[in-house]
Amino acid sequence: MLKITSLNKTFNPGTVNEKRAICDVSLTVNDGDFITIIGSNGAGKSTLLNMIAGNVSTDSGHIVLGDKDITYFSDVKRAKFIGRVFQDPMMGTAPDMWIEENLALAFRRTKSHTLKWGIKASERELYIKTLAQLGLGLEDRLRSKVGLLSGGQRQAVTLLMATLQKPELLLLDEHTAALDPKTASTVLELSDKIIREHSLTTLMVTHNMQNAIDYGNRLIMMHEGRIILDVAGEKKKALTVEALLKQFEALSGAEFSNDRALLS
Amino acid sequence: MLTTILSGVAQGLLWAILTVGVYLTFRVLDIADLTIEGTFPLGAAVSVMLINSGMNPFLATTIAVLIGMCAGVFTGFLHTVFKIPAILSGILTMIALYSVNIRIMQDKGTVSISGSTVKSMLSDFLTGNFSKLFENGIKSNTLSMGTGLLTCVLIVSLLYLFFGTEIGGAIRATGSNKNMARAMGINTNAMIVLGLALSNGLIALSGSMIAQFDYGSALVNMGQGTIVIGLASVIIGEVIFIHKDHSFAYKMGAVIVGAVIYRTIIACALKIDWLKATDLKLITAVIVAIALALPVFKEKAAAMKRKRSNREVA
Repeated sequence: MLKITSLNKTFNPGTVNEKRAICDVSLTVNDGDFITIIGSNGAGKSTLLNMIAGNVSTDSGHIVLGDKDITYFSDVKRAKFIGRVFQDPMMGTAPDMWIEENLALAFRRTKSHTLKWGIKASERELYIKTLAQLGLGLEDRLRSKVGLLSGGQRQAVTLLMATLQKPELLLLDEHTAALDPKTASTVLELSDKIIREHSLTTLMVTHNMQNAIDYGNRLIMMHEGRIILDVAGEKKKALTVEALLKQFEALSGAEFSNDRALLS
Repeated sequence: MLTTILSGVAQGLLWAILTVGVYLTFRVLDIADLTIEGTFPLGAAVSVMLINSGMNPFLATTIAVLIGMCAGVFTGFLHTVFKIPAILSGILTMIALYSVNIRIMQDKGTVSISGSTVKSMLSDFLTGNFSKLFENGIKSNTLSMGTGLLTCVLIVSLLYLFFGTEIGGAIRATGSNKNMARAMGINTNAMIVLGLALSNGLIALSGSMIAQFDYGSALVNMGQGTIVIGLASVIIGEVIFIHKDHSFAYKMGAVIVGAVIYRTIIACALKIDWLKATDLKLITAVIVAIALALPVFKEKAAAMKRKRSNREVA
């Protein structure tokens, strides 16, 4: 369970560029929740994810994961519990290392690093089996450098890496935004399959309202650093894009503006 | 001519240890570490002073390596804890080491070795125990070559094993994609410090060996230009031998041969009558520039070839 209480973050405080990115956000994510997060530009979606992952420090408030208060844990320490997939497909994998070496690093995410062999022969079977799920033929290319793969393939590998050791929390930050539509839907389907299979607690930021409605069991809408809508279960299933846009205008008093959302 | 080449090869094998150290930071960690210009004379100064005080040369060399590693750790701290850019961190340590080295050498610019070195001990050992093989004594070049080659093989084997371990993999991941490494729970700061320590340990070893096998003394200025020499050797090795995705051990071998080629060219160039010893730096710059430009020439030549064959078909 992830419990966020009265979280605040202001960038460049005391300057003309002051920006209250997160204002008094409280959120309880139950185990097994798959929450989609939408919102207009600068709503604080990515900042929230970065604060949970430890890449952005907290001004005030607390983040509790399971029974650990992780508010002041470093990003490296949090990585033991949290799996991440970034928006940029280049960010989640080491391009100069083989596919199997990348997976081996992911396999050791939760452990401390020692002078034992970095990859054991017995692990390869697991990697081949996991890669085969992707249906991209990567299981025959264990010794290809990841840098040679396409963006979609790299994002799929990153997804496997984030979930190879079951994380307590999975953070997906617009992880299909940089992919072409067909690849994006493949990667999204794959994410959904993996999340269901392992009943992973997940937060997924997306710019695509239809995807936000179709996937997950709960939907959160953010605006100017606040959560303005939180729907779950049957109510979420009944949502449509039009209804969401109307709700947004009623709740925020502004027009929904997201350069990418308009296109999709 | 043959002796010139042989002495070039012998020197090259000793300098190759430095090249491997440069490769670790420059290619594996993706950091241009200038600390080495201070670590190289540091290794020489520490071992020469300890040998002159009567210490066993093998022990003195080991201590020199450990102190060299400390210099790397210092640069690593400046870079990771205080977020000073890597190049600047290296420069700071390098400039500090200049004063430290002079203190170690007790205010002298040059200190000659007056005691038994690793070289003399090996020579005595070999002529004493294998007198039939070395009836006419053992040549200095042969001894340098043998020791250099053995040391290189040993170091490459150890590094090959090390980079196959979890920590070794974590260092490579840190150099390849820091973001990803952190998301995989790797303490990238610790890995950078460790990598710099390893690299500078090798550089100090190289300095210590050069002092004992080649110069016969420690010079406070012997570090000048070592970063360029290291990079030159790495690039020559890569340009000549590495065309596709090779294994780690192969790449190491390639940069070692690169160091040998570089030293041989330098040794031969110095035999040319109208060149002076002080032209060395100029020659180095020319060699590095040519090595760096080689891929461009290759590409140009290939493009010309394509263009020509295209015209013929049309």
